[in-house]
Amino acid sequence: MAEATADDLKTVLLNDQHVALGGRMVPFSGYVLPVQYPTGIIAEHKWTREHAGLFDVSHMGPSFLVLDEKSGDGEADHAAIAALVEPLICGDIKGLKPGQVRYTLLLNAEGGTHDDLMIARPAAEGWGGALYIVVNAGTKDADFQRIAAAAAGRATLNRSDHCALLALQGPEAVEVMRGLIPPAADLSFMHYGSFDFMDTRLVISRSGYTGEDGFEILVDPSHAVRLWDRLLGDARVKPGGLGARDSLRLEAGLPLYGHDLDETVSPVEAGLNFAVARRRRDAADFPGATRILSELGGVLDRVRVGLFVEGAPAREGAEILDQYGAQIGRVTSGGFSPSLNRAIALGFVPPGKAAPGTRLQVLVRGKPQPAEITATPFVPHRYVRKPA
Amino acid sequence: MTKFTKDHEYITEDGTVGITPYAQEQLGDIVYVELPKVGQKLKAGDEAAVVESVKAASEIYAPASGTVIAINTSLTGEPGLINSAPETEGWIFKLAFDDASELNALMDAAAYAELTK
Repeated sequence: MAEATADDLKTVLLNDQHVALGGRMVPFSGYVLPVQYPTGIIAEHKWTREHAGLFDVSHMGPSFLVLDEKSGDGEADHAAIAALVEPLICGDIKGLKPGQVRYTLLLNAEGGTHDDLMIARPAAEGWGGALYIVVNAGTKDADFQRIAAAAAGRATLNRSDHCALLALQGPEAVEVMRGLIPPAADLSFMHYGSFDFMDTRLVISRSGYTGEDGFEILVDPSHAVRLWDRLLGDARVKPGGLGARDSLRLEAGLPLYGHDLDETVSPVEAGLNFAVARRRRDAADFPGATRILSELGGVLDRVRVGLFVEGAPAREGAEILDQYGAQIGRVTSGGFSPSLNRAIALGFVPPGKAAPGTRLQVLVRGKPQPAEITATPFVPHRYVRKPA
Repeated sequence: MTKFTKDHEYITEDGTVGITPYAQEQLGDIVYVELPKVGQKLKAGDEAAVVESVKAASEIYAPASGTVIAINTSLTGEPGLINSAPETEGWIFKLAFDDASELNALMDAAAYAELTK
């Protein structure tokens, strides 16, 4: 995506808080956001793995799609709204249980990826016929247009990206949440609900982008600062910037749109077969189904893999070579893993070279360095599927 | 007297080269350093080393022409020395000058302080 000029950049609601904390503010996806605070990326990263990191992800695109006319029958209304978005994606939205959040992909007609996103069904019966949808910052205008157009005349998309979206991530996030909003601590992984906080309601999902247990919290503008301050008032919580968010998601093996996913990459190439729902495969009723079903059948040119890199980090764009020096792919995300204290990367290679343990090379500044395919995540996920 | 480049390297009178406290602060946590080879001949402005932070790689240029006579191999195991002590234990390499008068073209501490104000 094009870098916006300074004049075009938007600030988030918590901009003053980031500046006061010494955040180094940088342009990102059209917003000014902290890449790190004074303690630095490695300290923020490790704090999140051991305690709880707080990330401002208000640049992202939360929204609610709501049926214009509800029948009052929760199941029927859910089926009706699911039917409006399913033609755009490869996930099963109709099959979501109340309160469930699903990771899915907005696809183009060729089976490439417009975006990856979260779609959730409200828990409350009275909210049947609505969906909570969160898309990526860099693609949100186009995504919202697509979804609104697909639903035109039947449902209305209400953007909530004027609010603040906070991610509280790490093994101590649940106890922090229990102290602040006790019922939210009982959410199961990939579930969400709305909860009282002061005199407002928060939309809280048990989800995240770090591989850790945690929550993502949507808060209205007038309560954003108070929620931020309350969360940071807990000694277990420290703020983390975009840098740590990226190193955490890379260790978790999670793809980043615009890097590991783009308009050419299919869910199967990206190793996201789980996101192509069984019912949708059987019906072959999603964009790019011909290509994607053929890839699921084994006709595949490239797959996303994890690499351990010896020596200097191999960054996005670095060529991946086979053991003889022939180029077989490219790194799409790469950097340094603070948890493993070594260079790691995500990239694409032909399926025949994708088995863990395969010895390859990466070209860094013109010099080949050894690399080895490894299973992802690089650092195990610690999601909490059934809270104790 | 230590001199400074616009690219934020410092070079001491005895030819020791590193990056300034300002530069390490800007780069953030250093995670990898690619050192030159002892005996390597460099012209002023040549790429001599690479310092990698979590986010990005930055080239380190030779502030003056000369021959590399020492490299700080401690940085291989402990690249964070550049963050914690950029002007002492975090030095990168040492040059034997071809012509020490080249240093006259570089900034002194006051001029460098002005640049990074």
